[in-house]
Amino acid sequence: MRYFWAAFFMFWPIVAIVFFAISPAMNWWFPGAGDPDSLTKGQSMTPLGVDIDNLFYLILIITSVVFVLTHIALGYVLFRGARDEGKKALFSHGSHALEVMWTIVPTGILIFISLYQLDVWRKFRVISSFPEAAVEAPVAEVTARQFEWRIRYPAPGKKLQLKPQPDDLYTVNDLHVPTNRPVMIQLRSEDVQHSFFAPHLRVKQDAVPGQVIPIWFEVTQAGHYPLTCAELCGWGHYKMKARIVAEPQSQFGKYLHDLQHEQNDDGVQDKKSDDAEDE
Amino acid sequence: MSTINPASTPEALAHAVHGEAAHHEVGFVRKYLFSTDHKMIGVQFLITTLLMLMVGGALALCVRWQLAYPWDRMPIVGDLLFPQQGGQISPEFYTMLFTMHATVMIFLVIIPVLAGAFGNFCIPLMIGADDMAFPTLNMLSYWFMWPAIACFGLSFLEVFGGGPAAGWTSYPLLADLPQAAPGSGWSQNFWLLGVTFVGFSSMMGSINYLTTIINMRAPGMTLFRMPMTIWAMFITAILQAFALPVLTAAGFMQVGDRMFGTVFFIPSGIVVNNAAPTIGGGQPLLWQHLFWFYSHPAVYIMLLPAMGMVSDMLSTMCRKPLFGYKPMVYAIAAIAGLGFIVWGHHMFTSGMNPALGMTFMISTMMIALPSAIKTFNWIGTIWGGNIRFNTVFLNCVAFVSMFIVGGLSGIFMAAVPVDIYFHDTYFIVALFHYILFGSTLFGVFGAIVYWFPKMFGRMMNEKLGKLHFVLTFIGFNGTFFPMHMLGIGGMPRRYADPYLHPYLHHLQPMNQIMTWFAILMGVAQFILLANFFYSMFFGEKCGRNPWGANSLEWSAPSPPPHGNFDVPPVVYRGPYEFSSPLSGDKDFLPQTEPPPLANTEEDEPPDPDETA
Repeated sequence: MRYFWAAFFMFWPIVAIVFFAISPAMNWWFPGAGDPDSLTKGQSMTPLGVDIDNLFYLILIITSVVFVLTHIALGYVLFRGARDEGKKALFSHGSHALEVMWTIVPTGILIFISLYQLDVWRKFRVISSFPEAAVEAPVAEVTARQFEWRIRYPAPGKKLQLKPQPDDLYTVNDLHVPTNRPVMIQLRSEDVQHSFFAPHLRVKQDAVPGQVIPIWFEVTQAGHYPLTCAELCGWGHYKMKARIVAEPQSQFGKYLHDLQHEQNDDGVQDKKSDDAEDE
Repeated sequence: MSTINPASTPEALAHAVHGEAAHHEVGFVRKYLFSTDHKMIGVQFLITTLLMLMVGGALALCVRWQLAYPWDRMPIVGDLLFPQQGGQISPEFYTMLFTMHATVMIFLVIIPVLAGAFGNFCIPLMIGADDMAFPTLNMLSYWFMWPAIACFGLSFLEVFGGGPAAGWTSYPLLADLPQAAPGSGWSQNFWLLGVTFVGFSSMMGSINYLTTIINMRAPGMTLFRMPMTIWAMFITAILQAFALPVLTAAGFMQVGDRMFGTVFFIPSGIVVNNAAPTIGGGQPLLWQHLFWFYSHPAVYIMLLPAMGMVSDMLSTMCRKPLFGYKPMVYAIAAIAGLGFIVWGHHMFTSGMNPALGMTFMISTMMIALPSAIKTFNWIGTIWGGNIRFNTVFLNCVAFVSMFIVGGLSGIFMAAVPVDIYFHDTYFIVALFHYILFGSTLFGVFGAIVYWFPKMFGRMMNEKLGKLHFVLTFIGFNGTFFPMHMLGIGGMPRRYADPYLHPYLHHLQPMNQIMTWFAILMGVAQFILLANFFYSMFFGEKCGRNPWGANSLEWSAPSPPPHGNFDVPPVVYRGPYEFSSPLSGDKDFLPQTEPPPLANTEEDEPPDPDETA
């Protein structure tokens, strides 16, 4: 029976490892992995997202190795205990050498992981490290609200101002950005805290009422990506469904142009002005 | 340095010999309800928290049901509360479910069972004291739980709003402005009041434990001869004492914002739900800093006592000294100390200054170190042991194994860029359940079986104990391990219906399987309750030391009388001298047993001129 218990505790780590190993193929992994119809196939669609994924895999490898080794050790001591039932136990209070060894080695690993990732964090969050191109021309102001995302673009050819301008363009739950170019959005909240979460882009930032928080990212592949809320904001937290449409610059420009046209349309048919606007 | 136990003076000895019962015959109410005896209070806490465990678990099963079958009829709860909607719960109800699940589990189960139940029961017994330093304060600390339970219960009532809806983290402005969660009105206020009451209860307990451990140890019980359970309770009490006032203060500030027109957390010009714009001047992030300054040490409060108890239980069941006793003490102290400077890791994406992201990341990474050291030492304790594969041991091994998972998954979140992705997803939910349930709660299950004989003078049923363990273990892993995958898949927390989002649609089957494992786990807890209550009255009777353990409580009768020890204990060694060459035939050497070499009959009577 004691062997059964030793085996019992080894059974579940094996199941856990198998589960992890088959997850990407079963589409239980990053959004889109293992899904033949997926646009992203589990990859991140921003360079910073790729950095995040690489860091994730590095930590996954380290933690998996530690998981396996510690469970082999646990299994060894359990099986040995099962085998040696009735034998007098070792009268050992510990081992100074082992304590030193298993203090220094994990410290080294942890310090390595800490220092390795500082650069990614700096690029992502420290505003002085944001790309010039993004900071110069923010694409939109995104305001989270119970329970929707309100987007305000500046008029084509103009810069986004902190205060809403008369010719700003508005949409709801539909953020368009150009691809292959660092873009910045200004995130605000109208009421309670929300969080701008685009899983495929690996972007997340809380929207804090009373603050305007800049976020930058660069989308490498055109497509429609989900945008959702990641900070409890009330009963409708689950339904703040929106999308980010990443498209080439020319299409993005056309989109804004069409949006402006739509929002400025006053129903008056003036044939000469119409032709001029379409150019 | 040990302190002379007042109970060992000649006057006190005579008093004990005469028998406490003859002098202090108390009625039913003073003995069982309003007792000042730490053992009775400990048992009161234990029974109350076991019942609250079932309440918190029921709430969790409702959450799991919604995630498996969103907007379908919810059995029992849906039928009772939403009959006109065919048993379909509302989104507001869902926010209340996860809020109260967390609140009940944290404040009414885990913290009280560790500190209130086992802290109370074990501390005086294990250090050789006759009771706590402040018995009346101790009684109050238990009875302050009931106003808290009443407040949380009242907050559920529909007339008061149907339940707090801001999560157990209660972030402003959702928690601050009543219009943000319409209908939650008084519920949130009751919730804050409930948290204040549990806070008082915990503070009273922590003062008591600190004073008792510092002042009332038996002669010979130096600090480094205390069992790990006591060290853990001691350090946890320090954590409580320093961290809790911050939460209480923050709670008062939120009450002020909600009820008295203050604006600690409310910026100006905010319009929620068409209410008038706020006057403002406050900062929502302030709440997060204050809340997490307590709540991060709180997670260690919810872990360290279990770590201490598991160390003692493993050593006893393996008949081996604890591997690395001093490193284990230093590791627990390091976890507690570092625990005060990592709170920002809950706020990496919150909008706080990014420079803090870097500092908190480093301190959070470092806290993995003492945890790792402890894990290796536990494995070292089992190594080469003469192991008893009983219920206690199995629960302790589960503690170690699950703690490895929880500790390792924490490293992902400590890495700030990775946390950007995982924050507020199910990866976090997996992490803390592996620590709070997989580690702490399995440790508690082991501790219940281990100290039950001392509490009631009877043994719990071993077969039922093992059955409970197996079903809980399988149910637990089946429910929580796949949550790592859900998190990787980007499934956010606190979503009533994640499948509204196409990218999460494919995760519903996994959620359904997890729900069925959770139901298995919930049903299995009835086995524990049955075992507990049946064995209390009909279990196999046992003597003072059924496990052959070394610490002081096993030299007292089972159950100990008022005043605990019939022979005042004197301590000669540490608590881990199992299988010692000095112990002769038996494989344990109690702390109170005088050194064997001094007792041999061949010795000459001591020379009067040479008394040491």
